Amino acid sequence: MRPELHGLLAEFAEPREIVAAARRAREAGYREMDAYTPFPIEALAEAMGRHGRGRLPKIVLAGGILGGLGGYLLQYWTSVHVYPMNIGGKPIHSWPAFVPVTFETTVLCAAFAAVLGMMALNGLPQPYHPVFNVPQFGMASRNRFFLCIETTDPKFDRKATRDFLESLRPIGVYDVEP
Amino acid sequence: MASIEPRPQKPVILQPGHTFASITDKISSIVLTQKTSLGWLLGFAFSFSILMVMLGTIGYLVTKGVGVFGVNVPVGWGFDIINFVWWIGIGHAGTLISAILLLLNQPWRQSINRFAEAMTLFAVACAGLFPLLHTGRPWLAYWLLPYPNTMGLWPQFKSPLIWDVFAVSTYATVSAMFWFVGLIPDLATLRDRTESPVARRIYGILAMGWRGSVAHWQRYETAYLLLAGLSTPLVLSVHTVVSFDFAIGIIPGWHATVFPPYFVAGAIYAGFAMVLLLAIPLRAAYGLRDFITTRHLENMAKVLLATGLIVVYGYFCETFYAWYSGNPYEKFMMVNRTTGPYAPLYWALIVCNALAPQVLWLKKARSHVPTLFVVSIVVSIGMWLERFIIVVTSLHRDFLPSSWGMYKPTIFDWSLFVGTIGLFLSLLFLFIRFLPMISIFEMRTILPEARVKEGDHAA
Repeated sequence: MRPELHGLLAEFAEPREIVAAARRAREAGYREMDAYTPFPIEALAEAMGRHGRGRLPKIVLAGGILGGLGGYLLQYWTSVHVYPMNIGGKPIHSWPAFVPVTFETTVLCAAFAAVLGMMALNGLPQPYHPVFNVPQFGMASRNRFFLCIETTDPKFDRKATRDFLESLRPIGVYDVEP
Repeated sequence: MASIEPRPQKPVILQPGHTFASITDKISSIVLTQKTSLGWLLGFAFSFSILMVMLGTIGYLVTKGVGVFGVNVPVGWGFDIINFVWWIGIGHAGTLISAILLLLNQPWRQSINRFAEAMTLFAVACAGLFPLLHTGRPWLAYWLLPYPNTMGLWPQFKSPLIWDVFAVSTYATVSAMFWFVGLIPDLATLRDRTESPVARRIYGILAMGWRGSVAHWQRYETAYLLLAGLSTPLVLSVHTVVSFDFAIGIIPGWHATVFPPYFVAGAIYAGFAMVLLLAIPLRAAYGLRDFITTRHLENMAKVLLATGLIVVYGYFCETFYAWYSGNPYEKFMMVNRTTGPYAPLYWALIVCNALAPQVLWLKKARSHVPTLFVVSIVVSIGMWLERFIIVVTSLHRDFLPSSWGMYKPTIFDWSLFVGTIGLFLSLLFLFIRFLPMISIFEMRTILPEARVKEGDHAA
């Protein structure tokens, strides 16, 4: 069964305000919340208790290593085993000549890992998300900053949470349909 | 401590008085609400008709074969390679602006990186056409890739030409991804701002449901930074590999260790000239002088001058090697270049690339827009001449006088070259009409109120 509410969304006008609001919400014990901004704000991530760079750099490293190994092995296998050719009397396994392609496949696979990894961790493409049900949310990609406390939070209470958000002096607090 | 004189007010990278809303509305209105201007229509029509010249040439080429070009023994590499190197070089400035200047923390890049990246993509598209068509049977170009086939054939990985295939295709792919990732938040802005349901649907699909969540931004920035870190060595490798096409050979004038750095500097040089050529009319036509200020133009002029000096050093090295190596063929190559049948082109190249940009030492010239525009045109021509000189003068008179010859481009060489300019401009016109030519979300971060420090409490 669908819950009757996704959460409560508070709208702010200034980057400073959303950072302060997120910090206050965290101090008040809310954890299941998300903030939406038109550009990245580092202090906001910190205020919401998100530190570090997460798993993405490791995914990119793995992509790069796989790409490099794959590129080198492809050249080794084709040039030494399946289709050996004598080129200018060079050794069949002349590794310096394999460096440029190995480099390119390393970068290619690492870049794919970065982009696809970012999309996968972010859950994109995502055709539907409840916050878009709030008409004001269109401003999140222009000049407004939103804080959403979700109903899944154990501390969530429709009345108390709304009062709490109102106390942060937002432009408005909206119900988010699921 | 000695007191430091306060520096004179630096020209700004964003005119004061803008807000998050005004930046967003100004840039997105070009795509969403402004009427398509007559200038755009005329410009696009003109570019598209030149593009038709390219398509016509390709049609004729495919029916007749590569014999329609002027290449023959001894000059087997003509316009195709010259134009390939010229176009791919132009692309390099876009990656430099988007990746290297990002890593160097240069916020002025933020108003020029988007269209510089677009320029990269379109230039690489033009560049890629030449080797494909030069194969004579472009529909078999996939033979260049390693794939299991019934013929049991595999690419020859000791050849710089196959390195080129990998370098250029990787470059094109990574540049496209970098550009698209940079566009996602702005596509979301367009999705939320547009009035038309069709546009909302298209931008919505492209934005993939981006909503600017904190966690998303965090991973997004990490990914963007990593892509920049990956693109930086990539862009240097691409022109290095292109220069290997020459330097690995034993032809006099090509077999030089200075080629990789000299080519990379030349690429950035040509690329910044092209960015200036595009930025100057764009900022005037779309009223973007608040975002692309004289500071941007001045900074680009400085990069132009610096890379130009490296290129001049390359010319000096070539001449020096010819003399110092004591190799008679190298020496003859230089004498032939400077006094032989192609000497006027060589001296024109020296005037265009070495002398003309020296005017940029003057601050007055750097901040004078028409001067910058003219210098950029001159440099673009000069860099094209440079590739002509490198390719043709070395090949047309090599070791054996009995095999000497002359190279003369045919009308189809010219029409394909001019036609790719049409392709480039057509793509560019479509880009500025349908996508934000300046990165909106990055421009927002330039505003002082965007910087919030931890512990900064709201009133």
